[in-house]
Amino acid sequence: MASIKQDTAQLVPHLFRTEFRKITTYLCCQYGLEYLGEAEDIASESFLAALETWPYKGIPPNPAAWLYRVAKNKAMNRLEQKASRRKIEAQLPAADGEDISYAEEEGDQLRMLFAICHPALSQETQVTMALRIMAGFGLDEISSALLIGKETIQKRLYRGRETLKERGIVLEMPTGAALQERLEMVLLTIYLMFTEGYYSETKEELIREDLCFEAMRLAYLLTELPQTNSPKVRALLALFCFQASRFAARRNKNGEWLLYDQQDASLWDQQLIAKGVEWLHKASVGEELSFYHLEAAIAYWYSRPEDSPEKWEAIVGLYEQLIVLKPSPVVALNRIFAVYKLRGAKEAINLADRLALTDNPYYYMLVGELHSELDKPYALECFRKAHQLVHTDADRRFVEKRLQEMGG
Amino acid sequence: MQEYVLIFRHEDGKEVASPEQMQEWMKQTMDWIGTIAAKNKFVSGTGLPFEEAKVVKATDKGLIVTNGPFGDIKETLGGFVIVKADSVEEAVEFAKGSPVLQGVGNSVEVRKIASGDGIH
Repeated sequence: MASIKQDTAQLVPHLFRTEFRKITTYLCCQYGLEYLGEAEDIASESFLAALETWPYKGIPPNPAAWLYRVAKNKAMNRLEQKASRRKIEAQLPAADGEDISYAEEEGDQLRMLFAICHPALSQETQVTMALRIMAGFGLDEISSALLIGKETIQKRLYRGRETLKERGIVLEMPTGAALQERLEMVLLTIYLMFTEGYYSETKEELIREDLCFEAMRLAYLLTELPQTNSPKVRALLALFCFQASRFAARRNKNGEWLLYDQQDASLWDQQLIAKGVEWLHKASVGEELSFYHLEAAIAYWYSRPEDSPEKWEAIVGLYEQLIVLKPSPVVALNRIFAVYKLRGAKEAINLADRLALTDNPYYYMLVGELHSELDKPYALECFRKAHQLVHTDADRRFVEKRLQEMGG
Repeated sequence: MQEYVLIFRHEDGKEVASPEQMQEWMKQTMDWIGTIAAKNKFVSGTGLPFEEAKVVKATDKGLIVTNGPFGDIKETLGGFVIVKADSVEEAVEFAKGSPVLQGVGNSVEVRKIASGDGIH
């Protein structure tokens, strides 16, 4: 079992991140994936039961085991009867009260992940279900992570569970070509989970980190199975290591976001960076250059604090490959920033003018930055436009600070 | 010194959805109980789960079993603690600190426990 931080102040959220999926997955393995909805309910109710007991009787010495026991009892009362007929038909072994082994549990997690990433479900549904089941996110949290309404999420989860049921999808790993195809989906889902954790704006830093570490853990599990340990998986894990190395440096003492340039590089986790380098080496085999490879390589260069031409030349080159493989406004803007670092503002401005992403706040933030030395009034105009377009409070504060610094 | 039971009436705790809200609720409840316990006046307490709650009711047609104690009223019994207090006023002061009372419409009922000495 993963170690539980005995930090009472964050105990419930932390347990939720780690135990919700284990309980849900365990129950589905015992009773069948068609009981996914019931399994989720039972997992949630076990936490409610904790709420009704722990404040009065004290927190048990092993809170995770306590939750497990409650969930098992609830399942026995509620699912045993429903599932028994199906079980006789399928000749499945009866669910006993024995604890499952660590390896078995990890295998169950992967089977659940592969089931959720079934091609019968849309990409949005896969990510939504992964956030719910693998990360234990509630409706509110999924809603703020994906920026969609709670009703939509509820419908998606419901449809997803129904589809799994209708298609008779079971908890097992696909094989051969189907496995490779499914693995693509699984990787993208894990990638999006990490990205949500790394960039989304929920309050608790710990929750975000839990989500990132959860994505890392799943990627790591994939490297442990011979049939899933592909160079892409290793590249993804390398990317995560580089990104996660900056957790401690991303905010100042007041909890405000710091840009890469403003971070104290001595706070970067060198151990994680070294892990990243190791995984990136292991990923550099085979024929296929995936966007995970390119993003990992870019993240590697960003993990080096020096401001050398060599670094920016490498980054510009990588972005040029990435924009072909995975074109997006973010990639285009990052590429221009790297060009600015390498060849100066004039050339970057030329590229930016051709891009003209006039509904994108980051475009105006970048153009403002590029003009900050050359044409201050125009730079201020750009930051004001960015201010009108930003979606998040953190971005708004950032633009306001920039305007203030420039005397606007 | 008398024992009093403080009875919480509030809505179904399932409304408390997110782990953060659960954490907040748990912390507040533990802090509250902690202040009573610090005075050595906490006896015991428990939450009462809403699920699988039944009511057995006597009617002119005999006994009827229904689901839950939840009739038309919104708030229902969600738990209780037993405290020691020198007076009902002191017990009321304890009750005022309960996080249950953060929800408008919720209540904490204060009742003396019969001590069996004929004085109550």
